[in-house]
Amino acid sequence: MVHGFLIHTLCPVSAGSSSVCRVLYTRFFCSETLVPLPAGLDAGAERLLQKEQMMVVARQVKSACTLSREAAGKPPPESCLPPLDEVVAVQEADCGVFRLGAGEPFQVEKTVLWLGVLSLGFSLVCEPHENLLLAEGTLRTLARHCLEHLHLLGPPGTDVLLKVDRTEVLLDRLLPHGQLLFANHRFIHSLEKEIAACMAK
Amino acid sequence: MFTAGAESLIKQAREIQDEDLQKFYTRVSKLLHGKDFGNETVDSLQRLYLIVSATKYSRALPEDVLQLLQDLLCSSKTAEQFQALSCAILRETFPCDLRNLSDEEGNSKTISHVAEVTLAQGSNQDKVSSVAHRVLKCLEARQPEGQSSRYLLPVLSKVISLSPDSLTEDQINLVSRKLVDWLRYASIQQGVQLSSGGFFTSPRTRQPGPITEVDGAVAADFFTVLSLGQSYTEDQWMNMHAFSMIRKWLLCYSTDGSGNGDTDDKSEVDGSVMSMVSATSTSSRLLPPKERLREKAFEYCHRLIEQSDRKALKKSDAELQKACLIEAVTVMDIICREDPSFVYRAFACVKALYGRLSGDLAFSRALLPIAQFYLNHSETAAVDSEAVYRQLFTRIPSELFQEPMLAFEFTQFCRVNVKVLRESVGIFKHSFPNLFKPLAWNSPALISEYVELLPSLIGPDTAIEILHSLLDLPCLTAALDIQLRSASSQPSERVPLDPSVKVSSSMEAFRHPYYRGMFLYILRDEAGTGDTIDRLSVLHEVLADMADSPRIVQCAQTTPILLQVFFNEAAQFADEKLINQLVLVILERSSLLYDIPNYKREVQRVFSSQLLVLCKLHPSLIVEQCKELMEFSGTTGNIQSKENFYTHVVWAIGEYLSVSYDKRCTVEQITAFFETLEAVLFEITQVRLSASIPTYSPRVITMLLTTLSKLASRSQDLIPRVSLFLSKMRSFARSPAVSSWYSEEDIEEIHTRASELINLLKLPSVAQFVLAPSTEGTSPRWHRDTNTSLPLAMRAISKVLQRDSSFSPGMQQKAGNRPRNSVGQVPREVTEV
Repeated sequence: MVHGFLIHTLCPVSAGSSSVCRVLYTRFFCSETLVPLPAGLDAGAERLLQKEQMMVVARQVKSACTLSREAAGKPPPESCLPPLDEVVAVQEADCGVFRLGAGEPFQVEKTVLWLGVLSLGFSLVCEPHENLLLAEGTLRTLARHCLEHLHLLGPPGTDVLLKVDRTEVLLDRLLPHGQLLFANHRFIHSLEKEIAACMAK
Repeated sequence: MFTAGAESLIKQAREIQDEDLQKFYTRVSKLLHGKDFGNETVDSLQRLYLIVSATKYSRALPEDVLQLLQDLLCSSKTAEQFQALSCAILRETFPCDLRNLSDEEGNSKTISHVAEVTLAQGSNQDKVSSVAHRVLKCLEARQPEGQSSRYLLPVLSKVISLSPDSLTEDQINLVSRKLVDWLRYASIQQGVQLSSGGFFTSPRTRQPGPITEVDGAVAADFFTVLSLGQSYTEDQWMNMHAFSMIRKWLLCYSTDGSGNGDTDDKSEVDGSVMSMVSATSTSSRLLPPKERLREKAFEYCHRLIEQSDRKALKKSDAELQKACLIEAVTVMDIICREDPSFVYRAFACVKALYGRLSGDLAFSRALLPIAQFYLNHSETAAVDSEAVYRQLFTRIPSELFQEPMLAFEFTQFCRVNVKVLRESVGIFKHSFPNLFKPLAWNSPALISEYVELLPSLIGPDTAIEILHSLLDLPCLTAALDIQLRSASSQPSERVPLDPSVKVSSSMEAFRHPYYRGMFLYILRDEAGTGDTIDRLSVLHEVLADMADSPRIVQCAQTTPILLQVFFNEAAQFADEKLINQLVLVILERSSLLYDIPNYKREVQRVFSSQLLVLCKLHPSLIVEQCKELMEFSGTTGNIQSKENFYTHVVWAIGEYLSVSYDKRCTVEQITAFFETLEAVLFEITQVRLSASIPTYSPRVITMLLTTLSKLASRSQDLIPRVSLFLSKMRSFARSPAVSSWYSEEDIEEIHTRASELINLLKLPSVAQFVLAPSTEGTSPRWHRDTNTSLPLAMRAISKVLQRDSSFSPGMQQKAGNRPRNSVGQVPREVTEV
C-alpha cells in the first residue's frame, strides 16, 4: 500500500523571497497507526505531525534529486528548456528511491519513490517491500496526468493549488486509497475515460 | 511550473484575516444551502480547501459549513467533483466526526469517500472496525444496477493493513471465498461497450468479443490482469482489484490455515510448466476457504508467469508483465511459506522462469524475488541454488550498478537477508568488491543501507581488504565512470594503446597496458586477489583529472562514515594480529589517498580517532610496531601534510610506550623514541623557523614537549636532557623571531606548557604520577580513599605547577579560561572519540 502522495517544489522558488521547498499538494491515505496520541494532545497535534512528516519527505526528496542531478552532470532545471509535452517530461524525469528508517519521521519504516520533473517533485511514500516496479509505473502515470490536467508545464502553475478536485479525482482512480493497481493499458484507458468525463463537468 | 503567482496564493491563504475568513465562510454556507452547484460554488470550495490546507495549524470550520460538507459527501446524488472537494476539505479539518451513514446512503462510492475521511484522521480501532463492517455488508449484498463493488476493495485493503483484527473469522472466510471467485472465475468475454453510433443512428451495443492476451492472441485460459479487452465487465474489474490486494490479504490471514496438508503427489505436475494452468488445477471445491484461496492464488500466479512470456504489443503492458512477475513470485513465496506442500509445484515454475530470465538483463528486477524464493525454499526442495546466487552477486552489481531502482532493491535484498546470506551463501562474503559498485555510484541514496549492511561483510579474513576497498571507493567511482564512458564510445577509442604512448587523461589510461591491471583490480568482482596493489599512488595521479567530478566528490563525502562503521565493527572481533595489521594500514594509507577536496582530511580524522581506540584495545602495538611508528613520527613532512593525525600518533607513543603496558618495552626503545621526537621538535622550532617555512601550530609543539617529558619520566636519565630542552623552549617562546609568527596566546600556550613540565620534572615521582598515571586511576579506590584520593593529588600538583614565578596570576587566570591542553591530558579532539 502507498501511505502518501505529494507534489512539491524541488528548487528554491526563484520568484519569492524564500528559498524553501514548497509542498503544493499532499494526501495521506490513512493516519499512520492506531497508536493513540499521548494524553493532552488533541487531534490538531496529529495533523501537525502529518504536515511536518510530509515536509521532511519533501526536503529529503529535494536533496536526493539535487544530488542525483549533480552527479549525472545535469544543468539546473531553471536553465532547461521546458519539454514539448507531458509524455516527454515524464520520460525525461529524474527518478530515485530511498528508505526512511523507523522514526525518521514515520513510526515504521517507509520507502520513498520520487520523480523530478524540472522544478517539481512527485513522491510516493510506500510501505516497505512494496512492488517498486509497479509503484514506479503508477507514479509516472500519475505525474503525467497531473502535469496535463493541472497545466503544470507552463505558467501560471496555480491549478495545482486551486483545482484540488482534479488531483483528487486522479488519485481516486489511479491510486484508490493508496492501492497500487495492476492495471494493463486497457484498464488504464477505461480509467482515463472516467477521469476525462469527470474533468469535463 | 511553480511561479510567483502560486507563491502569493499560498501566502494569501495563510495570512487571510479573520474578518475576511468569516465572510467567506458565510458565502460558502449560503451557496451550499441554496443547492447551487454552479461554477461559483466550485470556485469557493476550491479556495476553501486551499485555506484549510495551506497552513499546518488546523482551522475550525463553522458547524453549519461542516454539516453541509458532510451532507455533500454522504449523499449518493452528489456529483463526483463536489464529493471530491468536500472529501478533501473534511480530510484537512481535524477533528471531524462523521455521522453514521444511513443504509440507503450506503452506495459503494459514498462508502469509499466517507472511509477516506475517517481513515485519514487519527483513526482508532472502533472507527476502522465500523468502516470494515460497512464495506463487508456492502460486498455481501447484491450491488444495485449501475453500482460497482470495485471502489470497496481498496478500502478493505487499507482496513486490513491498518488493523487485521477488524475482521472476524467468518468475515475472513467470506472474503476469501469472494476472492476465489473474482480471481479465478471472471468471464472471458469482453464487456459490453456502448457505441455512441453516428449522429443519425441510435446507440447500439457492439457484440462483445473474446478477451485477448497481451500479444493479441485469443485468451488461452482464465482472465487475469494481463488479459485485454475493449472494455471490462464488473467481475473483470474485481479480478484486477483482487489481484492487486492478494499479497496483503495472504500476509494478513493465511497463517492459521491447516497448512500441514498432504505433500504427496503434487510434484507430479513437475515439468509441465508450460501447460495450461487450469489443466493442472486440483479439484479444490471441498477445501476450507483459506486453503482454497491459496490454491487459486497459486494458479493465478502460475498463469501470470506463463502470460509474461508473451510479447506485449504495448510498452506499458511489457512493464506490467515485469511487475506481475515480481508479484507472482512473491505471492508464491508467501503461499509456500504458509503451506510447504506447494514448494515442489512452485519450484517447477520458478526454476523454469529463472531459466527464461537469467540471460536477459532487462528482467533483472524479477531476479530478486526469484532469489528470495530460492533462499527461502531451496533447502526444503533440495534444489541447487548456487547458480542463482552467482548470477545475482556477479552480473547485477557489476553491470547494472547505474540503475538507481535496481541498486536500491538489490541492496535492500542483501540487507534484509544478510543473516542467511552470511551463513549459507558462500559467494556473498567474497562479493564485496562487487557489492561496493552500486554504493560507489549512488552513494548518497544508498549510504544508510550500507551502514547496516557493511558490518556483516567484515570478518577476520576480509577486514584488511575491505578497509583498502573503502579507502579506494572514490577511485572505484572514477573507474566505473570511465568504464561506462568507454563502453559507449567509438570502437576505435576502445583499442588498447601502445605501451610507449604517454598517457594524458584517465580515459586514455584505461586503455593503456601499464594501467590496465590497476583498473582491473579496482573493478574486480570478487575478493581474494590481494588486499591492495602496488603503485596505488600512480593510479591516484592518473585519475586526478576526475577528482572534482560531483559523483566522485559525493562518494568521497560518504566514505568517512563507512570507515567509522568499519572500525566500530572491526574493534568487536579484532585480535592482536589484526589490530597490528590495521595500524599498519592506517599509517600507510594516511598519505596514500586519492586527492579529492577535503577527502584526505576527513579520512585522517577517522584514522586519528580510531588509532587511539586500537591502542586502547591493544596497547602493546606501540612496542610491536615500534619501527614503523618511529619512522612515521620522525618524518617532519608528516606534520605538514597531516598535523592532526601526527599529533595523535605522538600522543599514543607518549601514552602507551611504557613497561606498565608491555613488559617488552626497553630503555633503549624509550630513548630511541625520545631522540627521534627531540630531533623533530628541534627541527621545527629551531632550524626551520625561517621566513619560507610554514609555522607549526602550538598544539603539535606542546604535544611533542609533553610526550618527551612523559618518556623522560619513565627513563629518568633523560630528565636533565629534557629539562634543558624545555628551558630552551621557554626562552624560544619569548624570542623576538617567534613573536612575529605566533599570536600572544599561542606563545603563552607554549611558554606555560614548558614551565609546567619543568616544574613537574623537578620532582620525578610526582612527574611519574602525572605523566604516566597508573591504569588504576579509574578504580573506585582513587576516588573514595581520602589518603589516595585524586582531589588531594590534584591540589598538590597545582601547587607544584604554580611555583613558577615568571608569569603573573593574571595571565594564569586568562590561560585558565580558555580550553587548552593540560599536561598529561588527552588533546581535546582525542577526548571526543
